[in-house]
Amino acid sequence: MQISGAQMVIEAFIAEGVETVFGYPGGAIMNVYDEIYKQNKFQHILNRHEQAAVHAAEGYAKVSGKVGVAMITSGPGFTNAVTGLADAYMDSIPLVVISGQVPMSLIGTDAFQEIDAVGISRSCTKHNYLVTDATDLPRILKEAFYIASSGRPGPVHVDIPKDVTAQIAEFNYDIDLNLETYKPHIKGNPRQIKKAMEAIAKAKRPLFYLGGGIINANAAYDVRDLVHKTGIPAVETFMARGTLAYDDDLLIGMLGMHGSYAANMAMSETDIIIALGARFDDRVTGKLSEFAKNAEVIHIDIDPASISKLVNADFPIVGDVKNVVLEMLEQVDKIDVERYESWRETVKNFDALHPLAYHEDSKRLKPQWVIERVGKLLGDDANISTDVGQHQMWTAQFYPFSRPRQFISSGGLGTMGFGFPAALGVRAASPDKISINFTGDGSILMNSQELMTAVEKKLPVINIILNNNFLGMVRQWQTLFYDKRHSETDLSVQPDFVKLSEAFGGIGYRVSTKEEFDAALNDAVEKGIVAFIEVLVERFENVMPMVPAGGSLFNMMLLEKEESK
Amino acid sequence: MGENARRVISVIVVNEASVLSRVTDLFSGRGYNITSLTVAPIPDSKYSRLTIITSGSVRVMEQITKQLHKLISVLRVYEHEDMVEKEIAMVKFPITENLSDINAISEAYNGKIVNVGENIVIVMVTDEPKRVDHYLNAIKRYNPKEIVRSGAVALER
Repeated sequence: MQISGAQMVIEAFIAEGVETVFGYPGGAIMNVYDEIYKQNKFQHILNRHEQAAVHAAEGYAKVSGKVGVAMITSGPGFTNAVTGLADAYMDSIPLVVISGQVPMSLIGTDAFQEIDAVGISRSCTKHNYLVTDATDLPRILKEAFYIASSGRPGPVHVDIPKDVTAQIAEFNYDIDLNLETYKPHIKGNPRQIKKAMEAIAKAKRPLFYLGGGIINANAAYDVRDLVHKTGIPAVETFMARGTLAYDDDLLIGMLGMHGSYAANMAMSETDIIIALGARFDDRVTGKLSEFAKNAEVIHIDIDPASISKLVNADFPIVGDVKNVVLEMLEQVDKIDVERYESWRETVKNFDALHPLAYHEDSKRLKPQWVIERVGKLLGDDANISTDVGQHQMWTAQFYPFSRPRQFISSGGLGTMGFGFPAALGVRAASPDKISINFTGDGSILMNSQELMTAVEKKLPVINIILNNNFLGMVRQWQTLFYDKRHSETDLSVQPDFVKLSEAFGGIGYRVSTKEEFDAALNDAVEKGIVAFIEVLVERFENVMPMVPAGGSLFNMMLLEKEESK
Repeated sequence: MGENARRVISVIVVNEASVLSRVTDLFSGRGYNITSLTVAPIPDSKYSRLTIITSGSVRVMEQITKQLHKLISVLRVYEHEDMVEKEIAMVKFPITENLSDINAISEAYNGKIVNVGENIVIVMVTDEPKRVDHYLNAIKRYNPKEIVRSGAVALER
């Protein structure tokens, strides 16, 4: 059929099964918004900032496993969205982001709201396109969805000049995509898998190192199976939280900079690492030259470039984690579960020595208590988003995650302002679960305008603001490494968070005791409208334990023993 | 080979807008070095071929190769080991220099005078990059006015 470029975008979305689009209109994208107005196959959620629209699409994608879709206009609309693209690129989140562009005839003339969008997005997307002819649009859109969601997922950006959205051309979406230059490697090499299994069988202290790729591959339940059938202890990265349930006997905890003592010691003592969809990020490994010195490495990842990038792999296996794990499960009889008994004991002893803990020794509430409490009250009934900072690390440490895709956070890029809009996307995709966003008094102000989106679209996200009147994580580093010079991190001057929420039509609470917190949370869950729960927490609490940047995993700063108890 | 050995890689890419930027952005974004780069379409195909001279350890080269291959527009990447490698250099000399000397030296490097003007002659030589270095060294005494090198191209034997 002969339709306009703008109509093609709509038709492609429908063909791809898109149910929700996040976005913000503007001059160059108006033709497409005109077609959005005329259709009723998918909903459009109007965020109040383009960055928030992309984060919302990320939250939507992470919780549902589907491709998230965002739409923005040219120039500042696009540049505002760049942080979202970069965030999705770092965390391998499948997105298709459509931006308007000035008409072809004006490109390169410094036209109103013109920016070289594909030039900017090149380094923070998996792939991008500038569409110069509507004839190409069906193929480009189909490729965009395919590339975003296949292989190692990531964001794809499609920039469409205004005249191309008006151009009439033939639309046929029934295209056989044959991308000669893009063929993700799905199936792991069977010989290599066999050799890896034999190496595990011979090892004395094997360790699963579980990464976010497991969640992207929808392989968490197969990984649980593999862990249980082999009896091999496992550590999770920040991105992999929820792969194993929090109460799994074989889960040692999160590793890395703010990982548990036991997880980091296990990583330092293991003789063979089985890395599944993880990329040996610097926040995980600490000082590379002393990372898991005595271990052989089995590295399973869909991205060949992740293998042997930082840590040399003795058994490199390129493939989809799910595919490889299923293969490994078929050979699981090679493994003698009893063989690792003393290793499991060793790991348990590490944990007994320095368990993850905090002291309730202050007048003000401890932030960790708040997170544990939400876990106790809501547990599996909630999806948990976070912003970035201390509260984020405490959430990863103390929330009892029980399933994959329950935890949505900005890992690689560490984007403050991610949490609230992401939680809106989470709620839109998963309306049966309570959507909680743990945030800080710094982060929440980086996208608080999303209160309006939440009120308008009835997305009852509960933002729990752990308020320590500090930019807490930076303050912690200043305390520890900058001789307590708290440069520009004191946030004593603040808005009235209760009134702020109320001004938009949300609900607000300020609490300072356990009883008040319980009451506020219950009330917010019951009322079902967007909420700010401001919790006044201990100002100088540090995230512990900690591997100082560039330090070795086995050399952690630990929680100080309680003085009087 | 040493930590910073010279390497020659060929990259076959889809011949489309901004594909060159994708490749060069990757090098600059990840802190890799480009010594020279040549690019031209491959006849009768939708692909172009880039020949890149770079340097780095085995580990760095493995990353460069993998990262290049990850680009959606890249079809193939090879690091050359056993290859024929050639580069063109053109040099402008004043016509008052000793042209028979210049011609004799140039011939030793597969070269000759390709243009003669009122005041200058232009010589073109085609040889391995290392030999082009030698040539350019040898002709210094004849007051070359301008030198241009093409960057290397290579074919695996």
